[in-house]
Amino acid sequence: MFRTALRNVLAHKARLLMTVLAVMLGVSFVSGTLVFTNTISDAFQKSSAKGFDHVDVAIEPGYRPDEGDSITEQPKLTPELLKKAEGAPGAESAIGVVSGFAALADKDGKLIGGGFQSQGGNYWGTDDPRYPIEDGGRAPKGENEIAIDSETAERAGYKVGDTIRLSVDGPVLTPTITAIFTTDDGNVAAGGSLALFDTATAQRLFHMTGEYGEIDVKAAAGTSQAQLRAALDKIIPADTASTTTGRQLADSQATQIAASMSGMKSGLLVFAGIALFVGTFIIANTFTMLVAQRTKELALLRAVGASRRQVTRSVLIEAFVVGAVAAVTGLAAGIGIGAAMRSLMGTLGATVPAGPLVISPGTVVTALLVGVLITMLAAWLPGRRAAKIPPVAAMGSMHAQATTRSLVVRNTLGALFAGAGIATVLYATTMNGSDGQVPMGVGAVLLIIGVFVLTPLLSRPLIAAAAPLLRVFGVSGKLARQNSVRNPRRTAATASALMIGLTLITGMTVMAGSLQSAIGKMAADAIKADYVVSMANGNLLSPDVEKKLAAAEGVTDTSSLRNAESRIGGETEYLTGVNGAAIGKLTDLPVDNGTFKVGGADVVVDADTAARYGWKAGAEFTAGFEGGEKQKLTVAGVYESNELLRGILLDNATLDEHLPASSDPADMMVMVKTSAGASDAAKDRLEQALGENPAIQVQDRQDLSDDIARMFTLMLNMLYGLLAMAVIVAVLGVINTLAMSVFERSQEIGMLRAIGLDRRGIKRMVRLESLVISLFGGVLGIGLGVFFGWAAGELLAAKMPTYELVLPWTRMAVFLLMAAAVGVLAALWPARRAAKLNMLTAIKSE
Amino acid sequence: MTTTPLADRTTAVAARATELSKIYGAGETRVVALDQVTVDFRQAQFTAIMGPSGSGKSTLMHCVAGLDTFSAGSVRIGETELGSLKDKQLTKLRRDKIGFIFQAFNLLPTLTALENITLPMDIAGRKPDLRWLDTVIQMVGLADRLTHRPAQLSGGQQQRVAVARALASRPDIIFGDEPTGNLDSRSGAEVLGFLRNSVRELGQTVVMVTHDPVAAAYADRVIFLADGRIVDEMHEPTADSVLDRMKRFDTKGRTS
Repeated sequence: MFRTALRNVLAHKARLLMTVLAVMLGVSFVSGTLVFTNTISDAFQKSSAKGFDHVDVAIEPGYRPDEGDSITEQPKLTPELLKKAEGAPGAESAIGVVSGFAALADKDGKLIGGGFQSQGGNYWGTDDPRYPIEDGGRAPKGENEIAIDSETAERAGYKVGDTIRLSVDGPVLTPTITAIFTTDDGNVAAGGSLALFDTATAQRLFHMTGEYGEIDVKAAAGTSQAQLRAALDKIIPADTASTTTGRQLADSQATQIAASMSGMKSGLLVFAGIALFVGTFIIANTFTMLVAQRTKELALLRAVGASRRQVTRSVLIEAFVVGAVAAVTGLAAGIGIGAAMRSLMGTLGATVPAGPLVISPGTVVTALLVGVLITMLAAWLPGRRAAKIPPVAAMGSMHAQATTRSLVVRNTLGALFAGAGIATVLYATTMNGSDGQVPMGVGAVLLIIGVFVLTPLLSRPLIAAAAPLLRVFGVSGKLARQNSVRNPRRTAATASALMIGLTLITGMTVMAGSLQSAIGKMAADAIKADYVVSMANGNLLSPDVEKKLAAAEGVTDTSSLRNAESRIGGETEYLTGVNGAAIGKLTDLPVDNGTFKVGGADVVVDADTAARYGWKAGAEFTAGFEGGEKQKLTVAGVYESNELLRGILLDNATLDEHLPASSDPADMMVMVKTSAGASDAAKDRLEQALGENPAIQVQDRQDLSDDIARMFTLMLNMLYGLLAMAVIVAVLGVINTLAMSVFERSQEIGMLRAIGLDRRGIKRMVRLESLVISLFGGVLGIGLGVFFGWAAGELLAAKMPTYELVLPWTRMAVFLLMAAAVGVLAALWPARRAAKLNMLTAIKSE
Repeated sequence: MTTTPLADRTTAVAARATELSKIYGAGETRVVALDQVTVDFRQAQFTAIMGPSGSGKSTLMHCVAGLDTFSAGSVRIGETELGSLKDKQLTKLRRDKIGFIFQAFNLLPTLTALENITLPMDIAGRKPDLRWLDTVIQMVGLADRLTHRPAQLSGGQQQRVAVARALASRPDIIFGDEPTGNLDSRSGAEVLGFLRNSVRELGQTVVMVTHDPVAAAYADRVIFLADGRIVDEMHEPTADSVLDRMKRFDTKGRTS
């Protein structure tokens, strides 16, 4: 039996090609994902482990929870503590670590790196073991000297002696580079920058005067990390700080990296799974057709004594061979994809630490198993059908006609699934936010399964609807339409494969578009400020920034937005400090009740917070501030929150009165209104007022909504890219179906040629059939996608007052056109083959 | 041509092959399928082409019908020389001037009987002549089967549809390739009867390849082919006379 199966595979090489390709694509996606994520996490883990070489024990500040109505002061790591640690038995030396954000500008004044990876820190003493200095440099001293890492220096072309523009949280500094150092820092390895000041300067810039973020203790020779830790635990009060060994730190970082990579891995694998799922349709289709074509042969096998099981097995062995070939080639392609993805990340700017390509045995086994099992699973049903061929079929003169076996059972089942799915989804839309997610997902799966099962039934009316259009193409159109409904199961499987991809693509597009417009509307409607000034990486701004902006020419009103922790009714609540006099002119927030008035004891509260505390306009409450002071505040009004403003808004002046002198206020952003409105000149003036700071961005309302749009576009493009695989597999499916149909109908095609249909007519017939099938899949997919997009939006709308379904008509038209293009493209080769058929042999071949 | 009086048509030539040769391969593997065959097919005449397997009878029909290319010589359908035509023109010629009946029925399973009959005209984008269509359908006795699909028809009925399809567009000439090969003798006789009637009553020209002497007996004239050459011709044949002639091929085949 095995030999028969093998011969069959070899005999149908061409016909199995598309199946192999489809499985191969899916497998290569899976193995590519595994190779890529393994390689990356391996490289990151190695590089981060190196970063902990100099740490034997790390001392980190402890945390004390807030109590009652007052803010508890958090413990600090002081120089005294460092001295104590240094003197512990078994300790050789200790370093106080200070770190923060420091944006570096390149020679053109542009920010180096993405902003998020721009780190700053302290250079310990004159010879910091963490950062070996390259020849010709010396440790930075005072606020006009700095050391930068060698990667950044090389990238931006800085040398020792150059001055560099830099900003921490506001004012621009221009220190001189005194040293270039090498580092194993994981962030630098991943493409970030690191700038170092002397410890005092770093403490001042990063608002950590007199304290450290961490103390790293080095063990003396002969003392183990654990011993040192035990010794330190004895001298350091437990509520002040906690200790961790370097090994533990490295391990926990490795676990963290593994966790973040596994998220990415499962995300990618979901898309690989979709591609494989689509592939199963093609496999099933191919084997169904192969079995149909071989009816006589299989019946003969049965007639000469092969059992049903043997027949099924022969089909499954064939599938095994096909799956194995596809899996092996897919694995090879996947390794290539993994390597390509890594270098692609490199070119996109995200530097990945160097490391070998990791091809684990797990990857190989997974790829092979997935390829073989999926193929055999998909071929199982056709194999069963093959076994049901009665031996007497061997005697028939014609090979079995494509059956339109009763679809009653199928349709009933499909209707049940689809009905249950729609009901569940609709029910889920009436639920509240996150409660609805699970029923929504279940309903979506049920509905998709239902539509799959129903596609043969749906194919007739939907394709009939295209008849008037096809009539334009005369006989070719008519024949194409009839051919496409000739084998509803095959058409359905082919169209379904395309449908899945388009459902997902459309659903995502609808949701993203609606969300984007909702968020954009929120921001645009509520803000009257001409500009919003913030740090490029979302860090906090120095209050200096607001002062400078307020003093700039043409600026009429400014308000900073400042976060302050407070205790209200025994809970920690974050207040937002604003400029009470200006905030009304800078925003236009809808007020539910009361008046929008911020100043003195008057505050405004967003609807969510008000509902949580049961406040209405006029309600009074007591807030406890950092440092222990308390004040009674009055709710002047309740407003609708948005992306920029939420929570309790109070006047910065009120806030300042209560904050202790030691506190270091910092702003999240500054809103600015100018007398002449937003213009390029006004923007330039603001940027100049801030000293052309590379880390600070000045955005008008358009920039803000562009930002939001950019974020959504990026996300959508990534999803499109990932879903493209499923669409490509679906295209292979269409090619496959057409090629097989042409093969099956070669006699008819020969006859049509003989009685006078020219080659163009034949080609057109095949192309139109392809177009009809693809558009059928496209219409189903887009329809389902819109439904899911709408349903998911209903869930979101509960949380977002400005959410409104936005149907991306242009995109949907593009998707439909894409489906049509898929049809035309997929038909190229089969149509040409059909047109080239030799009439005489085609007619003769029985 | 439809206006040509019946009397004149009997003398006019519908198709003519002159010194027609068809050679496959070259050198060692060279096979001469047709060796300088010259033959006329007159209008309103029913011609049968006979000969043993490999005699070239099917090749001759395919070449004259514009289904296959030839190596040398010339073929004319009416006034048109086939040798100079491109595939597209050849296709158009087959569509407009030639009707076909194949052994394996060759109907489109997705079309009804009527749609199959009018298919050549649909392809050409012509409206069928309804009165003529009716005549043809009445003749083949399919009036009550027009909305059936091929799968719902018997083999004989399917071949009657094929005959009607060939007749419906009023081609200059109809070629049949073993049209009764897949039929039982009764259905075969019916189909042959229709073909003869179409010649006698409608003035149709029919050329048919067959190896069945009984089928050949329906023709007005039989051409015998052997080894790519025309070796004999017989007018007003009977099944017995054709069988006798065919037997001589067998003896010759055995002795030589």
